[in-house]
Amino acid sequence: MTTTTSRPGRRYRPPAQLGGRGPVGATFRRRLTIVGFLAPALVILGVFVGWPMVSALRLSFTDASGFGQEKWVGLDNYVRVFTDSDIVRSIGNTALYAVLFTPVAIVVALVLALLINSPRLPFRGFFRTTLFLPFIVSLAVAAFAWSYLLDPQIGLLNYWLQALGVRIGNVLQDPVLAMPTVVLVAVWKSFGFYMVIFLAGLQEIPTSLYEAAQLDGATGWKRFTNVTFPMLGNTMAFVGIVALIAALQAFDQIYVLTGGGPYRSTQTIVMEIYSSGFKDLELGFASALSYVLLIATLLLSLVQFLFFGRRAESAS
Amino acid sequence: MSAVVSAARPVERDAVRIRARRRERVIRWSFFAAFLVVTIAIMLPVIIIVLTAFKPVSEVNAYPPTLLPTTWTLDNFATIFSDLPFLRLIGNSVVFAGGVTVFALAFDSLAAYALARLDFRGNRVLLVVIIASLMIPFQATLIPIYQLVSDLGWVNTFLGLIVPRAADAFGIFFLRQFFVSLPRDLDNAARIDGASEWRIFRSIVLPNAVPALLTLAIFTFVNNWNDLLWPLVFTTDSEMGTITSGLTLLTGPGGIIPQGVMMAGSLIAVLPLAVMFLLVQRRFIESVASTGLK
Repeated sequence: MTTTTSRPGRRYRPPAQLGGRGPVGATFRRRLTIVGFLAPALVILGVFVGWPMVSALRLSFTDASGFGQEKWVGLDNYVRVFTDSDIVRSIGNTALYAVLFTPVAIVVALVLALLINSPRLPFRGFFRTTLFLPFIVSLAVAAFAWSYLLDPQIGLLNYWLQALGVRIGNVLQDPVLAMPTVVLVAVWKSFGFYMVIFLAGLQEIPTSLYEAAQLDGATGWKRFTNVTFPMLGNTMAFVGIVALIAALQAFDQIYVLTGGGPYRSTQTIVMEIYSSGFKDLELGFASALSYVLLIATLLLSLVQFLFFGRRAESAS
Repeated sequence: MSAVVSAARPVERDAVRIRARRRERVIRWSFFAAFLVVTIAIMLPVIIIVLTAFKPVSEVNAYPPTLLPTTWTLDNFATIFSDLPFLRLIGNSVVFAGGVTVFALAFDSLAAYALARLDFRGNRVLLVVIIASLMIPFQATLIPIYQLVSDLGWVNTFLGLIVPRAADAFGIFFLRQFFVSLPRDLDNAARIDGASEWRIFRSIVLPNAVPALLTLAIFTFVNNWNDLLWPLVFTTDSEMGTITSGLTLLTGPGGIIPQGVMMAGSLIAVLPLAVMFLLVQRRFIESVASTGLK
């Protein structure tokens, strides 16, 4: 991330033509120009992000259903979020999903990035392109394909695994295996994106560091643990938080693969927001759930921000 | 090592070199073969989509299942067009994803220009607010957006699908990062010559930012084309659905649409993206890797 930093000490004041403050008339026209550039985007963001945030907060304290009079119910919705055993379970499922998804996605993406980055691999461009392809397939479409592959009767993957002596049965109807399967599909879909970010990170490590390591006799695993891994710290943190946030918002493949079942074992917060908000029309309650998700996301982002900040300080 | 080799007699030296080169070649190609196997395994779902789309129903549901179709057929494609308003769904996807892309790119680049190149009070505060808004899960604001769209009478219209997404914080941030990195001398020279900001934006900054714009365009297009929750919420009329939501609604829980037909539909849904991606993949991946995203 490159952000411009203002120079310390006395600030350079550009002349009017270069964006500085000229005569009064010029300043007014200049302001008008700036407003003109910013207005379209800011109006859209204000109306469709800013205002809905405020509105969701208000709704979360009501029993809004989209019909009739809304009643102020105070913290009732929030109390329900943390006492209704089904909802608590959904929060737990979301956490489980995140705990399974994040490390697996990072490791898969990193390992493939390291392999693709190896100068010993012929046709690196081909692999890079091919492995990125799942990213452009929609999660919903990918989920179809996976459910077909995993079908207990006619699924090819199931059949092949059986031939190898592994019986997985109907994973999507298995309360224990359904969640790992949903996570697997998500990892499959998104690793390509994280892989590309890792590739960029790898390419930024100065080759002089590897040459120095080689002179010191470090090879293979040692080079990885002493040079590559520490130098990838920031990239790792970035991918980590992006993956974690994506995990908290999982929806598409769950909707298609399991619909939250079996026995609510894959019901997550966003599935809950969708079903309570748009099926049961409990808008107030769904808004409270949304705010819980929002606060969880902000807290995790804050943790990441502090982590980043500390790293940047210790690096400089 | 080279010292050791050159100290040996010429014939021996050649033999060592040839052996080393041969060993290197073996390593390289076994590495390649292993990686190819891994890649094919990873691509299995994509391969399955393509192959199943061309299988007749009897083979799709056959046991034992096979990878390749024994008879290739286009029946599934015919079925999806006759049983669904499929052309309409494709059209909806194009208008929705295309519309969002055009507007978001225009509005995002304007705002990004102001944030990157114009000096004004509150610039940095505004940037921080925009970055912070990236962390808001859109699901958290979905219900008020739905109410707003429904109050405006925009449910089941393209306006309802497109307008709320006509600008996005990620795009502004992404483009700003790129614009900041362009040399300032160009536009300062133009400013001294009396060019307006609009002129500089249009004739200097935009043409230089084509890779970033292209990347963002693909990103936005793919994300919206593939999006499920958004069209699911804003369209209740099946005529207004997108490919992604249309296919999903049909299968749903306990769906009875044959897999072959679904795969044919999925293949058609992925095809435009795949073509687009393959055309610009080199620039795309490099740009994702090097602009703003780190």
